[in-house]
Amino acid sequence: MTPLLDVQSLTKSYGGRIGCSDVSFRLYPGEVLGIVGESGSGKSTLLNCLAGHLPPDAGRVIFDTRAEGPRDVLQMSEPERRMLGRTDWAFVHQNPRDGLRMRISAGGNVGERLMAVGARHYGEIREAATDWLGRVEISETRIDDRPSAFSGGMQQRLQIARNLVTGPRLVFMDEPTGGLDVSVQARLLDLIRGLVRRMGLSAIVVTHDLAVVRLLADRLMVMKDGHVIETGLTDQVLDDPQAPYTQLLVSSVLQV
Amino acid sequence: MIHVEELAKNFTLHNQGGAVIPVIAGAGFSVAPGECVALTGESGAGKSTVMRILYGNYLAQGGSVRIGGLDITRAEPREILALRRETLGYVSQFLRVVPRVPTLEVVAEPLLSLGRPEAEALARARDLLTRLRIPETLWGLSPTTFSGGEQQRVNIARGFAHAYPALLLDEPTASLDATNRETVLTLIEEAKAGGAAIVGIFHDLEARARVADREIDVSGFTPGRAA
Repeated sequence: MTPLLDVQSLTKSYGGRIGCSDVSFRLYPGEVLGIVGESGSGKSTLLNCLAGHLPPDAGRVIFDTRAEGPRDVLQMSEPERRMLGRTDWAFVHQNPRDGLRMRISAGGNVGERLMAVGARHYGEIREAATDWLGRVEISETRIDDRPSAFSGGMQQRLQIARNLVTGPRLVFMDEPTGGLDVSVQARLLDLIRGLVRRMGLSAIVVTHDLAVVRLLADRLMVMKDGHVIETGLTDQVLDDPQAPYTQLLVSSVLQV
Repeated sequence: MIHVEELAKNFTLHNQGGAVIPVIAGAGFSVAPGECVALTGESGAGKSTVMRILYGNYLAQGGSVRIGGLDITRAEPREILALRRETLGYVSQFLRVVPRVPTLEVVAEPLLSLGRPEAEALARARDLLTRLRIPETLWGLSPTTFSGGEQQRVNIARGFAHAYPALLLDEPTASLDATNRETVLTLIEEAKAGGAAIVGIFHDLEARARVADREIDVSGFTPGRAA
């Protein structure tokens, strides 16, 4: 089976400081990969390099494109990469304000993405927007409200709808449940899980919350100081951690 | 169906002075289709550890575990995921689910993730929940709020939803009343009749005597305590 994403020796430093160093992994269709580590471990740098938001210093990011098969994303032209970002990839930011347009309506936020890939029929765009608001459990009556009038949890769900409406194959998520109430987190996790299964999505989820990865991720990658320390099945890494740092990380979690 | 050879497991506690605790050495046994093997031995002998290694939840330090042709001690994570989806089921003592997902979906999920039609998966889930006496009024609620016994029955229903060719059971009858216990034992007998290779831990001696064809004393796999 061809991996959807094949990352080889990805390295990024900020001056003399290591962002992430020599990271390699493969992601297969339908898989959810969790990346955990404390702040400063390089997980967000890695995610941003993968998603094309930051230029890495070295390495390859090979994506299995629909039209031409595996291609190195870093060698693509900017327009090509931008098109990929609109059609096949999605990026869910920790802060929904970074991923939403706060001055246009909820329906407009979802519809805009469809128009960016060529949708022109107003009725169809509005219908798709309504459908997606429903899937992320936002009432149809709020379609013309701006996201600034939404709660944090609703904004995050709207960001997910905006990202998934174009049917991407790979979703990057940076702390998708960070800063949300626990009850809202559970609702969002349930939503993401359902969407992943029904749409056959692959996802890379960066978080420091081990409970979130246990429920969401099939596989886990533990990072520290820019290096990958341990990888494996999520439950195996959490229940039988091998590296000293992972053991410390897992044993530091308060049981509830 | 399940072949274990020369299995060894140590725990290295890096944050407690690097202590190395050998827990299993030289473990070997096989389970044929339609056979149920009970792991025995006193508490701490390593029964659960063996089960967890069989499921790929713990890493082994040596030896091999072949289930349905795949050596899980050397397999890629995605191969183990596929094995767990299609071939290898595990009924643990604890239910771990995303909060808010209705019980009916929790039970139907193993079938849905195999790509079975929703109607078929839900029908199977309803059948199992009925047999395990979970009141229909609870099916639409998340099992996270249920009593311990109810959660365990939901867990069992989920574990038996798909007819796995290999099945691991960790105390499936603990904390169940007589009627529900009988149902679970019947489910196990049905799985055996269907050709499943089963490894189980049963503290319930009557249950063990009824469903297990053989017993394996895990104490025999415990390395010398002097280490």
